[in-house]
Amino acid sequence: MISVEDFAAQADAWFAEHTPRGVPFMLPLTFMEVGTDEQFDFLRDWQNQVYRAGYLGAHWPTDYGGGGLTQKHQDAATRVMRKYNVPIMLNAIGIGWAGPLILDTGTEDEKRKYLPGILSADDIWCQGFSEPDNGSDLGNAQLKAVRDGDEYVLNGSKTWTTQGNYAKYMILLARTDFDAPNKYAGLSFFLAPMRIPGVETTKIRKLTGEYGFTQTFFTDARIPADTLMGQEGEGWKVAMRTLEYERGARGGQAGGYTISQTDPLEVVGLAKRATRNGQPALEDPVMRDRLMAQMIEGQAMMANRERAKIMPLVMERPFALPMLSKLQFTEYARETGELALELEGAQSGYYVGEAGSREDGYWQRSYLNAFSATIGGGTSQIQRNIVGEHVLGLPKTR
Amino acid sequence: MTAHLAKIALTEMQAELRDQAMKFCGEKSPVSKVRALLEDERGYDEAVWAEMAELGWLGIAIPEDQGGLGLELADVVPIAEAMGKHLMNSPYASTTLAAQAILHGGSDAQKAEWLPKLSSGTVATVALFEPSGAWELDAVTGETKTFVLNLNAAEIVVTTVKHDGQTRLALIPRDTIEARRETIIDETKRSYRFDVPEIDAIWLMPAELTSAALDRIELVANLLQAAELSGAAMACVDYTVDYLKTRKQFGKVIGAFQALKHPTVDAFMGAEGARSLLYAAATHVERQGEGEIAVRMANAKAGGALSYAADRSIQFHGGFGFTYDCDAQLYRRVAMFAASQFGDAAFHRARLAELLL
Ligand SMILES: Cc1cc2nc3c(=O)[nH]c(=O)nc-3n(C[C@H](O)[C@H](O)[C@H](O)COP(=O)(O)OP(=O)(O)OC[C@H]3O[C@@H](n4cnc5c(N)ncnc54)[C@H](O)[C@@H]3O)c2cc1C
Ligand SMILES: Cc1cc2nc3c(=O)[nH]c(=O)nc-3n(C[C@H](O)[C@H](O)[C@H](O)COP(=O)(O)OP(=O)(O)OC[C@H]3O[C@@H](n4cnc5c(N)ncnc54)[C@H](O)[C@@H]3O)c2cc1C
Repeated sequence: MISVEDFAAQADAWFAEHTPRGVPFMLPLTFMEVGTDEQFDFLRDWQNQVYRAGYLGAHWPTDYGGGGLTQKHQDAATRVMRKYNVPIMLNAIGIGWAGPLILDTGTEDEKRKYLPGILSADDIWCQGFSEPDNGSDLGNAQLKAVRDGDEYVLNGSKTWTTQGNYAKYMILLARTDFDAPNKYAGLSFFLAPMRIPGVETTKIRKLTGEYGFTQTFFTDARIPADTLMGQEGEGWKVAMRTLEYERGARGGQAGGYTISQTDPLEVVGLAKRATRNGQPALEDPVMRDRLMAQMIEGQAMMANRERAKIMPLVMERPFALPMLSKLQFTEYARETGELALELEGAQSGYYVGEAGSREDGYWQRSYLNAFSATIGGGTSQIQRNIVGEHVLGLPKTR
Repeated sequence: MTAHLAKIALTEMQAELRDQAMKFCGEKSPVSKVRALLEDERGYDEAVWAEMAELGWLGIAIPEDQGGLGLELADVVPIAEAMGKHLMNSPYASTTLAAQAILHGGSDAQKAEWLPKLSSGTVATVALFEPSGAWELDAVTGETKTFVLNLNAAEIVVTTVKHDGQTRLALIPRDTIEARRETIIDETKRSYRFDVPEIDAIWLMPAELTSAALDRIELVANLLQAAELSGAAMACVDYTVDYLKTRKQFGKVIGAFQALKHPTVDAFMGAEGARSLLYAAATHVERQGEGEIAVRMANAKAGGALSYAADRSIQFHGGFGFTYDCDAQLYRRVAMFAASQFGDAAFHRARLAELLL
């Protein structure tokens, strides 16, 4: 097997040569912002190239389209991607959580059927958890799945479905038993096909003005019964496992990154260029203080990540740092965007497309977009409940 | 630019020291003892101090040929953290500061005389601040010193003086000083004020080392403070969580109310971040330039983390939180006093801005 160092060096050379530059349209910063066909086609092609070069799913078994190497190999490749700030990987739900779920708990048939298409981006995946009435209260999902012979018949609606309009498959949480002893016991989990009669998606416009998620309507849509994952009635357990992948508390992801991280140094760069009161914003003492506070927070998060690897320094509460990380990183990105807007002073009022804007409204758009991560995947408030209850042992909020 | 500053190294020795110190401070400094010592003139237990000397803690960052253990400054961090966690007062920080000042600013004779003594339990302190309130250590008139910790117990005082119009460091014997005790916000500590006596030329430390020694003092002071505050922040969160798990109102344990749960999680997150930055600072402290950045970041973060945790702790204890009996006030006072010493968080951020922006 090739050494990690050699693999990293190869990756470095490959990305140095192949990273697309000067793309003539705005690229999404996260997988939740893929709003135009132009963006979609470009990113699908990019993920496919990276995969074919061997830098995505490098550690997944070769039987399922992976590279048969180790996690360390993939991590090295991912680090190189960050270094070159390459475009994000499109098929986030596939490579990030549906894939690992199937890899860990799926049948042999499921693995062979689904995993290669996830890596190549031929098969886009979406996640049908939230409903118009049930988001945070995920366990209350109401979409109905009724068994009829070798099929289940679906009726109801899912919403805020990222890339729902592009997806071939959906990981779907549906209710198979309305008389179960409790709401969680009546749920089942499916690897549902999307391109079938009775499934329709409509795009939803986001606060940024762009598109990126959909509402999905199911009207007597029939899916094969063998798309059930795990046992009927055990969907909640599977969904919780999926959320662990989504929130980064469980590994196995195919690698590459799907959300670009905000580097506080980018804001420092902005502070040098932007002006407040006719001076570089960087010279404004209040702004300097705000910048430093933000950089210290950023540094603390990075140090948390380092400390999490050192057992004697996390023994008291081994899961604390991983469980905090979604809350921290997403709120940090939002606050960084807010700070950037303050730095822009009078220019902060322009939006994308306006000639007078700084960096074509990059920070305005990215601040508004930052809410995708503080809401999606469980809101920051829900994260606080989880940390309070599972890490600090506080009583459940009822 | 600063990414690698987040790296954390932990030696087996540091892990052992941390275990040992946490256990030791936990046993020797239960809160009943902390409270009993609030009334004590000296403010710490001399027998416990002797045990620390016995354990070798005082010689950690002093070279072997000066009577110390010849370990690193980073190895002092777990001890200061444990003391902070258990609100244990002792002259550990003041003696360590004085030792580092002498090590980096003293003459060979001064080192030979004092370092072996300090590493075996002789108490020392530093007198750096004046009533003007300046945190810049070289801004001195050399007349009156304030916030001199543990002076009553010290044999020697490292102080800044004005000599021939220049800021210099001097080692003043305690018995040449007349001091009065100050009333300070953190009642676990003992602080004194004195008028600087006539300086005997043999007390002076070499002029050419002054600036390096002052830098060293500031660095070490901020590192020790970050450790103390970070330890205290975690303890304060634990203390608060315990109450939130037991106190009932409106038929519920109050920790179930999100108005309390969520800020407590934020306090916890702050304390975790402070702890990580502390270890990162310990890892980098001896690297030129980077040490200062990492240490100031850790101190600024730890001060804020403890202040927030303790402030919310008072509030979440309700009427009891307003009483002297509630430990929340002890934690809050630690942070308030720390902010008065060697620069508050805004001061560190301003310095960091100069270094990083
Ligand atoms: C960009 C984006 C992409 C998304 N992609 C997907 C996707 O692909 N698939 C999918 O299934 N879903 C997706 N979602 C949906 C997302 O998971 C939900 O929006 C989220 O879980 C919140 O649910 P909700 O919108 O119903 O808000 P609500 O649950 O109605 O919450 C409203 C407010 O109440 C607060 N709140 C609710 N319950 C509590 C509580 N117990 N304690 C304290 N505060 C509470 C919330 O924090 C929030 O502030 C996406 C969302 C966004 C923004
Ligand atoms: C200076 C002072 C003077 C006082 N004088 C008088 C007086 O003259 N006469 C008198 O009768 N009383 C007096 N009190 C008592 C005062 O009214 C109570 O302390 C106060 O009502 C809080 O009750 P508690 O102390 O039992 O706290 P708890 O009710 O135990 O509250 C503990 C914490 O839980 C929070 N909490 C409790 N319930 C909820 C909830 N449902 N949702 C969210 N958070 C919650 C509280 O805000 C607090 O942070 C005084 C208190 C003080 C501090």
